[in-house]
Amino acid sequence: MIHIKRLQEDGVDVLVLIGEIDASSSIELDLAIAKSVGEGYSRILVDCSALDYISSAGLGVFMSYIEEFKDRNIRMVLFGMNEKVANTFEILGLNELLKIGKDKVEAKQMVDEL
Amino acid sequence: MRTKAIIRLLFTVGVLTWLALVFTDISIVFTASTGNVKQEVPHWIPDLLLNLFILSVFYYYKLKIERDEILNFIDLLWRVFATGLVATVISLSVWLFESLMGDTRLTSLPVFRDFIYLINLGLMLGFLIMAFTAWKRLILYQKSKWLLRLWAFFEIGLLLTLLYNTFGFPHVNWLFGVVLGILVLTGVILSANMKWVAYLNFRQKWTSLLLLLLTVFYLLYILFINSKSVEELRALTPYFTDYKGHLFIQVLIIFVAIYSAFSFLVILFNLPTTSVFEQKLEEVVNFQRISQSIQTEQNEESVYNILLEASVSTVFADAAWLEIHGQPQGNKFFTYKTSEKEAVEITEHLKHLNIKGVLDQGSDKTKNLSKHLALLKGSRFRSILAFPIYVKGENIGTLALLKELPEGFNKEMTKIVSTFANQAGISIENFRLMEEALQNERYKEELKIAKTVQKSLLPTNLDQDDDFEVAAFSESADEVGGDYYDTHRISARLIALIIADVSGKGTTAAFHMSQMKGIFHSLAQNDIEPSEFMTRSNQALISCLERGSFISATYFCIDNVDKIVRYARAGHCPVLYYDSSKGTAEFFKDKGIALGMVRNKSYSSFIQTNEFRYRPGDIMVLYTDGITEAKDSRGEEFGYDKLAEIILEVKDCSAKEIQDHIIRKLYEFTGTKNINDDYTTMIVKFR
Repeated sequence: MIHIKRLQEDGVDVLVLIGEIDASSSIELDLAIAKSVGEGYSRILVDCSALDYISSAGLGVFMSYIEEFKDRNIRMVLFGMNEKVANTFEILGLNELLKIGKDKVEAKQMVDEL
Repeated sequence: MRTKAIIRLLFTVGVLTWLALVFTDISIVFTASTGNVKQEVPHWIPDLLLNLFILSVFYYYKLKIERDEILNFIDLLWRVFATGLVATVISLSVWLFESLMGDTRLTSLPVFRDFIYLINLGLMLGFLIMAFTAWKRLILYQKSKWLLRLWAFFEIGLLLTLLYNTFGFPHVNWLFGVVLGILVLTGVILSANMKWVAYLNFRQKWTSLLLLLLTVFYLLYILFINSKSVEELRALTPYFTDYKGHLFIQVLIIFVAIYSAFSFLVILFNLPTTSVFEQKLEEVVNFQRISQSIQTEQNEESVYNILLEASVSTVFADAAWLEIHGQPQGNKFFTYKTSEKEAVEITEHLKHLNIKGVLDQGSDKTKNLSKHLALLKGSRFRSILAFPIYVKGENIGTLALLKELPEGFNKEMTKIVSTFANQAGISIENFRLMEEALQNERYKEELKIAKTVQKSLLPTNLDQDDDFEVAAFSESADEVGGDYYDTHRISARLIALIIADVSGKGTTAAFHMSQMKGIFHSLAQNDIEPSEFMTRSNQALISCLERGSFISATYFCIDNVDKIVRYARAGHCPVLYYDSSKGTAEFFKDKGIALGMVRNKSYSSFIQTNEFRYRPGDIMVLYTDGITEAKDSRGEEFGYDKLAEIILEVKDCSAKEIQDHIIRKLYEFTGTKNINDDYTTMIVKFR
């Protein structure tokens, strides 16, 4: 199960993911991102430090927004992943399509300079 | 069929005995009237024949009416009425004939009078016995042991009295009186059984009254005619068969008359209460409708409508509404002779006046309710009865019944509607449970189909080669996406291999897998660069894949002449390779994004072709993440390192043996064969 917290810092929307994302909870992730986009945020950070595991459904959610973000010039950066999650992103090659930072500081930099 | 024959036989016997009776009685009277003292025919013969006639008619009607299953009450009364009518009509026509003939010598002949008398007697007996049999059916409608015994006593007693009159016993007044008295008393007691009256509806009761009245008229008329005939005959001769001294006939007359009269009165006095009985019957039917609505109805709405209808008709409400909460579209209203607006008005009005409990529970005990309702401008209602509907302990709605009369609802009504509301709640609960169960079934069916499709897409035979042997194993979990592997011999020199993992679950994954299979087999026919294979596959899949779905895959092309393997890895698990010259097992590092992640031509910049030489003894291990991510009882993952270790253990074995070893080790690790993901291995051992 996933618990998603939302904070706003400096005009940036931060989604904090806590727990695991599997097939059923991937819908919540989708809704959270959609909400953020819907409210007009053009800079989104995803805090993955409390994310234990992400399934292919969850990965699919991130992937499905790539095209849209490029078109609408929305910048999203993920950060704080643990080794396993980072490895998953790497094997799939998502690290070349999504911006992934090491920590919040780096992520903030990345989202500004994109 | 046998019964029909017997009935016809009895009818014939009856007619014959009557004719014989006529013949003998007339001859007695004739000889007596002509002054001959010597009788050729003994006196008791007509008596015997009369009794035989009675018996045959008795059994005729017994078989005809008593055994007839289909007859209902009204039909029975009609039959009695019809018989009476026929008898009366015949009797009247005889009388007409008689009076037409006027006062001639013929008509004053005793023989003639006797003949007329006997005709009327026959008609009367037929009618009486018919009525008797019909009354028996009515009385014995609801049987009890006691009742059956009493009736048996009555009937047998009656039949035995025939003996009394058969052989010309002398008429003993007191004996006659006693037996008559006992039988009449029994008849009266039996006549108290009128339960069949309660089952008639209003219209049927009126019909019955009419039929019974007419039956009584016929009875009176026939008695009168026969009485008159007897008087006239007595004046002429004493030698005929007088029915007044016949015990059976007397009892019969009294019994039939009494029961007819009783029934008439009982029906008459039951007319006002008919509606209550019908009402009760309807309540039961309505209750049954509600409780059975779960099987017969398609949706919750029908149950609500039935509940509304049933409640309205049971309490004779002038209007009603049923409000259901908790629907996604807001509260739903079902109304009868009122509008949603009015319902809301009344609810608001009562809430406004702070009248507690009216719409919460099934009572209108609130004082001055009619006055409160009258306060609401434009409202024509003065009483309200409301019930909550509970499903699984949760209040899902309110049923409200309205009447224009003040204090229009009594306690009975409250009880009944409360039962309805309860039953409706149960029906709806059952309904929802069934829906859930059905959904689950549908879902399970879907998964079964997906699994079958997945299985059928995997190859039964893998292409083999002189340079290497291939073995593959795949097992799918229930709720997860599909793994795919396949081989394709491009030419004598080239073989293509693929291993892939589709994201998503259920039928969607199975369909994507079949699309991948199609793409593989069509593209693999040409000897193309693995990266080109991926680019083209990606392009083909763009139009097929759903949003959020992707496929990870690795495509190999083995050249057995140059001993080279070229491959492209699209986001799939890294290849594990055992190098026999180095004696180590390592994972290849290369770049490549999974198919479907970049849904345009720029994908080609994200995939690359890699190349290496193979030597005999090398082992290439292809697998899906179901292997590496399999968890043990403590939640630890199998992991990549462990896989590499295991390969070293069996580096000299055949592909099949290596595969079996891996699977065995996997099961050892997880402690079970039930792994919650699809897992696949494809082992290529180079010779």
